[in-house]
Amino acid sequence: MFGIISHKLVASTAGGSPGQPILRAAVLAMMSNYSTATKQIMVREALNSALDEEMAADPTVFLMGEEVGEYEGAYKVSKGLLRKYGPQRVVDTPITEAGFTGIGVGASCHGLRPIVEFMTFNFAMQAIDHIINSAAKTNYMSAGNINVPIVFRGPNGPAAGVGAQHSQCYAAWYSSCPGLKVLAPYSSEDARGLLKTAIRDPDPVVFLENELLYGESFPVSDEVLDSSFCLPIGKAKIEKEGKDVTITAFSRMVGYALKAAEILEKEDLEAEVINLRSIRPLDRSLINNSVRKTNRLVTVEEGFPQHGVGAEICASVVEENFNYLDAPVERISGADAPMPYAANLERLALPQVEDVVRAARRACYRSVPTATTA
Amino acid sequence: MALSTHRTTTALLRHLTPAISYLRHISTDSTSTITVETSVPFTGHKIDPPSRSVDTTAQELMSFFRDMALMRRMEIAADSLYKAKLIRGFCHLYDGQEAVAVGMEAAITRKDCIITAYRDHCIFLGRGGTLLESFSELMGRKDGCSKGKGGSMHFYKKEGGFYGGHGIVGAQIPLGCGLAFAQKYKNDENVTFTLYGDGAANQGQLFEALNMAALWDLPAILVCENNHYGMGTAEWRAAKSPAYYKRGDYVPGLKVDGMDALAVKQACRFAKEHALTNGPIILEMDTYRYHGHSMSDPGSTYRTRDEISGVRQERDPIERVRKLLLAYDIANEKELKDIEKEARKQVDEAIAKAKESPLPEPSELFTNVYVKGYGVESFGADRKEIRAALP
Repeated sequence: MFGIISHKLVASTAGGSPGQPILRAAVLAMMSNYSTATKQIMVREALNSALDEEMAADPTVFLMGEEVGEYEGAYKVSKGLLRKYGPQRVVDTPITEAGFTGIGVGASCHGLRPIVEFMTFNFAMQAIDHIINSAAKTNYMSAGNINVPIVFRGPNGPAAGVGAQHSQCYAAWYSSCPGLKVLAPYSSEDARGLLKTAIRDPDPVVFLENELLYGESFPVSDEVLDSSFCLPIGKAKIEKEGKDVTITAFSRMVGYALKAAEILEKEDLEAEVINLRSIRPLDRSLINNSVRKTNRLVTVEEGFPQHGVGAEICASVVEENFNYLDAPVERISGADAPMPYAANLERLALPQVEDVVRAARRACYRSVPTATTA
Repeated sequence: MALSTHRTTTALLRHLTPAISYLRHISTDSTSTITVETSVPFTGHKIDPPSRSVDTTAQELMSFFRDMALMRRMEIAADSLYKAKLIRGFCHLYDGQEAVAVGMEAAITRKDCIITAYRDHCIFLGRGGTLLESFSELMGRKDGCSKGKGGSMHFYKKEGGFYGGHGIVGAQIPLGCGLAFAQKYKNDENVTFTLYGDGAANQGQLFEALNMAALWDLPAILVCENNHYGMGTAEWRAAKSPAYYKRGDYVPGLKVDGMDALAVKQACRFAKEHALTNGPIILEMDTYRYHGHSMSDPGSTYRTRDEISGVRQERDPIERVRKLLLAYDIANEKELKDIEKEARKQVDEAIAKAKESPLPEPSELFTNVYVKGYGVESFGADRKEIRAALP
């Protein structure tokens, strides 16, 4: 508990508000039970440690995917694991997603707990039949006779300059499917806690990482570093409290939403930033509670706009709390076009902090110069 | 089974295939070994095939007959139930192919795994499933093996080593290799039989999975139940090379007379030994389905009625075992007819009982979506009307 309080306060003080030195001191005093040196770890280290600990704790957990073993991971997330656990538990596969994903699902039906790594979720489309039809639906079709405790993980969404076939966000696709759980970490704490929960979960979990976040460092408390640390599925996190407008985001966009919130602070608009963490199940009650408080909503995601995560959140809020909305729901998303390569076009195709700020202003009925149409 | 006094069998012999080369008077000990020659030899690809001489016992032959008669009856009854609209959607029948199911069971244990596609009713029975579970599931009742939520294509029995029951052509092949992966990981000296048809044999994921199975020496046996038609497409129209037992290239294969339960048993035993020491092997079972692809396919637009009746005449798996039983004096005509009557009776009783089983409760719409639902909310068609907390 203290770990979570300290993290919230660290986050909020890091948010740039100049004041609250007394509160900070009080917090530090409270934290005297724990080491006050909050460590900073990169997301990839967080993921690596989660994999390591879960593999150590349960001999049926194993990792399979392209380059996870001898190459130490395409993004070095599985560094050191082959050396520690051997080739039976860290399995390098050929470049055959449909085949090895099916093999992973089959293994999970017969007592093992595989973690299938996709080099990116773009390649997982070759295996999507196994994710949906073989994994997600099996517990239901067999009325509970066969469950599928598998984790599908890897980078999702845009990277930088990798073009149309390597940049799609699949959160909306997977999250529409009953039988799957879909998680999207942002910080190192998220990465550790959610991955450990995913590995221990008896159902198939799609774990959407982000390549550009792998190298980002976040502070983590001792509680987060403890090997029993898990975060619950289906619960979002309020990264920053506010009263004027709710901004929902997941993965990399949480960072953008927090930056937007800093800018909005200067205009006396206090945004409440929600880190979804879990796209399916979606924490509808937390989001709705927030909108009941702020009466305005901006959803942010990197994926394509049509039928996106924001569309579901908007529908949920309109259905549950129509009368609490003081303004139309605003959606910020990736552009409705395949991802271009040219740097300027790529920038236009992705949400920027100023887009989130502008949408929040609109939701708060602050005058905003209208954009020129193309 | 009480044996009658010795009869001359020359009259019967006339109707037997020439490969049955000798007879013995059978003592009352029904477990003493009988050796039978299969009528068709095995053909190997990159492997020396097993011998045509198969050891069996009177007891085993009787169980083949009994089990196949039951399977046959079950499938025919399913045909009637489908036409009476008590079975809905898809219904893919296995009559004609029973020898593969019973021969395989005779060679393996319930610790070995079997996974197949959607023509799964008889395999389910072989793995320990009951007629009641089967008919209830087909009619979508709560006493079905999948509580009515799966249907014809989604029978499972994990306790019996049966992993379904899959609707997507070819998907079961990597899944089966995954079962074998788990068996190897756990070092448990068991194998997996992954069944697929001649239609699925061209799927890319088969070759992806086979490559990994061979690379990692998985105890996986890929069994192509070649009934010569992938839905309405004959094998020669779908495959450049319909020699499916050779398609593994670097993986050895065996071509087997799939209408001969003893040949199937021999091949499966051979394959199990091979898989445990040398990794994957392909078995091509030359078999035939009397029904069309499914109940919506008459099965006669792409094949002649003469072909179908010809196979039934010459190669029917139940008839072959009947002839053996008669030839070896293990049972007489009346005893075998009685067994078939008994099978019919069991099937009729199971159907009557299944008809009494109720449809699942409406709340079952939302059960088993997850193992652990965390009380999350799920919605019906009108989300303001029907909501459920997932257990």
